[in-house]
Amino acid sequence: MKPLAWIGVAALAAVPLTGIGNYPLHLIIMCLLWAYVYTSWSIMGRLGLVSLGHGAFLGIGAYTVVMLWNHYGFSPWLGAPLAVLLSLAAALLIGLPCFRFRIVGHYFALVTLALSEVTRLVIVALRDHTGGSLGATPNTALAQGNTWSLDALQFSDKRVWFYVILAFWLAGLWIWARLDRSMTRLALDAITHEEDAAASVGINVTRSKLFVTLVSAGMTSVGGVLYAQYQLYINPETVSGIGISLQMVFGAIAGGMFVMLGPTVGAVFTLLLQEGLRLALGDAFKQFPALDLAIYGLMLVLFIIYMPKGILGAALEWRARRRATPAAAPG
Amino acid sequence: MLAVSNLSAGYGSFQALFGVSLEVRAGESVAVLGPNGAGKTTLLRAISKLIDASAGEITMEGARLNEVPAHEVIGRGIAHVPENRRLFPRLTVEENLRMGAFSSRKKFPERLKFVYGLFPRMEERCGQLAGTLSGGEQQMCAIARALMSGPKLLLLDEPSAGLAPVVVQSIFALVKRICAEGFTVLIVEQNVQQVLKVVDRAYLLETGRIKSSGDAAALAASSELKRAYLGL
Repeated sequence: MKPLAWIGVAALAAVPLTGIGNYPLHLIIMCLLWAYVYTSWSIMGRLGLVSLGHGAFLGIGAYTVVMLWNHYGFSPWLGAPLAVLLSLAAALLIGLPCFRFRIVGHYFALVTLALSEVTRLVIVALRDHTGGSLGATPNTALAQGNTWSLDALQFSDKRVWFYVILAFWLAGLWIWARLDRSMTRLALDAITHEEDAAASVGINVTRSKLFVTLVSAGMTSVGGVLYAQYQLYINPETVSGIGISLQMVFGAIAGGMFVMLGPTVGAVFTLLLQEGLRLALGDAFKQFPALDLAIYGLMLVLFIIYMPKGILGAALEWRARRRATPAAAPG
Repeated sequence: MLAVSNLSAGYGSFQALFGVSLEVRAGESVAVLGPNGAGKTTLLRAISKLIDASAGEITMEGARLNEVPAHEVIGRGIAHVPENRRLFPRLTVEENLRMGAFSSRKKFPERLKFVYGLFPRMEERCGQLAGTLSGGEQQMCAIARALMSGPKLLLLDEPSAGLAPVVVQSIFALVKRICAEGFTVLIVEQNVQQVLKVVDRAYLLETGRIKSSGDAAALAASSELKRAYLGL
């Protein structure tokens, strides 16, 4: 499997060298970016911490970096760590009381839902600084024919972004795999099912939960930074609030949050769905702006009922069963 | 080793224990008997700090436990085998045991060998998901998990609950062996006849208060016990 994985990564890395057009390259970049974000979400989600509030971390990442650049001229190199710190603070604010007072399951999801809406509303309310629901554009550093500015982290060449985001996606998978093999994962699995017994064997329940929450939130806010710097346009609806939070949950669950590449498959699936819906429904979107959300919601319900392990999870299970059958019945 | 004095505890506004005092000396095996709802499980949960005491004091080897958080209790040498086993169902038997040694990971291999020696059945089942074990095996696994921390004091909450009579026999034989291995045991039980054959001393708990205590043999013959259970 290992050499196959390297070949896959090498093939993916070679894509921009094939002279692929800007639009397909853009789609691949968005796939990788959302795959990274969904992977970040699933680090928590797979361990029973279902967050409907990751839009908050994405929004904090995106807006912090752009606001600091536009209003104070702080380079994103400085803005990004501050954005991560800010989102860690938000994660701590929501996580510590929740875990201390044992708010779990649906109740935890509801609390996080509030966080993402509060973030969106704050962004809209500070419209004098953030541009409100019209969104914001980072001041360009690419005047006078410059195609890139390292200081402003702006590159007009999509290929640069492709490699940057590819690297983050791989790093996200690496963190996922590291955590998967760690004692922390076992501990959190234990906590998910038997919180008291977990405490009795010496697991600090609050600290373990807080740890994965912080990892997940920090990674997601980096996703927000990348999104802002790549798209060069952010909007409260697209980087925070219930819509994007639900999309993360949907993507991770649809792909399969219990397997490493599940969220990535989910990102591809979501993107195809988005583009497909746009083509199929066309103008209907303009009349019913929340139509896509309604469809996500419906599909999420269907996935949870009929394919709780997601597309990749179900596919791997199916393959394992097919392999096991001939072995179980020799001759 | 363990001393509980005037302990009161409960859930919200409901008080389950009223000034309970008891003592467990090193090397001893002690039972707390009592009918349903007497507060036996609450007592063990208070000792392992899963709930807070509202009054009274718990000390382990002279050190006060009241302010110790639940996850540090095991570091004081107390391992709790909870009611209904509470295994981690999605982890394998060996992973469950690994979690048992969570607070002392370096000693995992040597303790695993010891525990597998005590429970050969667990070694046979090591790769199986704990949720798929039979009831008796789950109880064994729960006890094995607790032993993985190398405790001084083992708290057993109704190890016989929900098991077939034949299996109950073997679980009590196991408890006896664990006592013989030198572990100090505090066991909470409803199965009075069986447990009194295993322990040295026992306390009788009734509606949150200690009603009597004494040697296992003396208690077995006493009328207090019959009164508590049969209302005679």
